[in-house]
Amino acid sequence: MIPAQFDYVAPTSVADALAALAEAGDDAKVLAGGQSLLPILRMRLNAPEKIIDLGRIEELRGIREDGDSIVIGAMTTYADVLASDLVRENAGVLHDAVTEVADPQIRHRGTIGGALVHADPAGDVGAPILALDAVLTVTGPSSERTVPAAEFFKDLFETAVGDGELLTSIRIPKHAGWGSRYEKFVRVAHQWSIVAVAATVRVEGDTIAEAAIALTNMGSTPLRATAVEESLVGKPATDDAVREACAAAADGTNPPSDLNGDSDYRKHLATVLTRRAVLAAAGK
Amino acid sequence: MTRINVKVDGVDYTDEVEPRMLLVHYLRETLGKTGTVVGCDTSNCGACTVHLDGRSVKSCNVLAVQADGHEVTTIEGIATDGELHPMQQAFHDCHALQCGYCTPGMIMQSIDVLNDNPNPTEDEIRVGLEGNLCRCTGYHNIVRAVQQAAGSGNGSSAGATATADAGEKAGAQS
Ligand SMILES: Cc1cc2nc3c(=O)[nH]c(=O)nc-3n(C[C@H](O)[C@H](O)[C@H](O)COP(=O)(O)OP(=O)(O)OC[C@H]3O[C@@H](n4cnc5c(N)ncnc54)[C@H](O)[C@@H]3O)c2cc1C
Ligand code: FES
Ligand code: FES
Repeated sequence: MIPAQFDYVAPTSVADALAALAEAGDDAKVLAGGQSLLPILRMRLNAPEKIIDLGRIEELRGIREDGDSIVIGAMTTYADVLASDLVRENAGVLHDAVTEVADPQIRHRGTIGGALVHADPAGDVGAPILALDAVLTVTGPSSERTVPAAEFFKDLFETAVGDGELLTSIRIPKHAGWGSRYEKFVRVAHQWSIVAVAATVRVEGDTIAEAAIALTNMGSTPLRATAVEESLVGKPATDDAVREACAAAADGTNPPSDLNGDSDYRKHLATVLTRRAVLAAAGK
Repeated sequence: MTRINVKVDGVDYTDEVEPRMLLVHYLRETLGKTGTVVGCDTSNCGACTVHLDGRSVKSCNVLAVQADGHEVTTIEGIATDGELHPMQQAFHDCHALQCGYCTPGMIMQSIDVLNDNPNPTEDEIRVGLEGNLCRCTGYHNIVRAVQQAAGSGNGSSAGATATADAGEKAGAQS
């Protein structure tokens, strides 16, 4: 199928994109990599009158170091995130998750910003961004604000980015020396996560000194497994200790039931995948 | 209508297109390059894979206007002077197709896999072709073809062994 007709602009700066967005109002949609939006337009699930293509805005691309953080432009593609040593060294669990997104063709086009604003609960980048305590920069016509990842995801397909605003960058505190693992459970290749777990831990000697864990597709937004994190800290990185702590992985979650599995099945999966992810992140 | 300048298979084109036109339709209907095919409505199958500035993309999931100022290579642009591209030759030699519908996309993605990693393992080939579906072959000969092309590119032995039971990952695609 082909999309309904729309007007098209491709501004070259954030300021011009915001102006175009303000002018078009509710009838406009921003186009990033198009890997979620174009299928939606083709199936006519949405028919905006105007498309504002961010693809020509160089200032939104790239990954840089800034003191204790790395900063990723919203229009940086998955492929560029994967190729980045800065990401691999300082945000290993994001690197791990991006290897699991879709396929190479989609990773060449899809962007980290587009994925985060799309906010599909089964999407793979929300959980690592949450686990890494990232801070997102949201830019509007007259001001810029920063939103911690914990406050960014509001509901299914809904984020803190309001009408007339753009997600412009993602700031991630460096997690150098932390081990990581993104454990994604699917039945066939090239599938969205049934459940996935982003785990990153810092081990001192044989003891887990810090742990950050977030869950994909265990509710309408990515969720932090706070109870597991708390009980892991100070424990030895052994199979028994980790198994015990990870039994709490599904606490407070409300996962969906669908053809891939019901809610209880997902809750069980979450405990198993969290244990695997934590042990792997701890190098076991 | 929006004016675009695109280089396709080495030739510069300037055209007026509707912004909603998909790149795959521009290639097929405006330029007549019907070698690139459409196999699905969901961007799952990979049959429409082309290279945009040297990297593989699904041309059903790119607007023609997004290709403005860029360079596209299709299955029709990879043979030189009547000589098949080594990947085309390998698909031919290894009988890596039956109906052939997935083949243009498979070949373009296979070339991308080797551009990224000239010496992939069998698993890396299967994961690299994760976004390309074949309903006929069971993938084994496709993987063998990529191994042969990798061999002919770097001098190691052609047609390296593809074990019959290692096909679970790509073979299990939806
Ligand atoms: C076959 C297939 C398989 C897939 N499998 C997976 C998978 O396994 N895991 C996974 O995580 N994802 C998967 N995806 C989705 C993919 O990750 C998308 O690329 C991603 O969700 C969207 O990023 P994009 O840059 O393409 O955004 P677009 O599709 O261009 O935009 C998505 C939405 O975000 C808005 N938007 C984009 N950028 C901004 C911005 N900077 N500011 C404000 N709003 C913005 C757009 O208006 C739109 O509503 C798959 C997609 C396909 C087609
Ligand atoms: S036609 Fe493009 S992926 Fe199927
Ligand atoms: S050869 Fe028929 S779909 Fe692949």
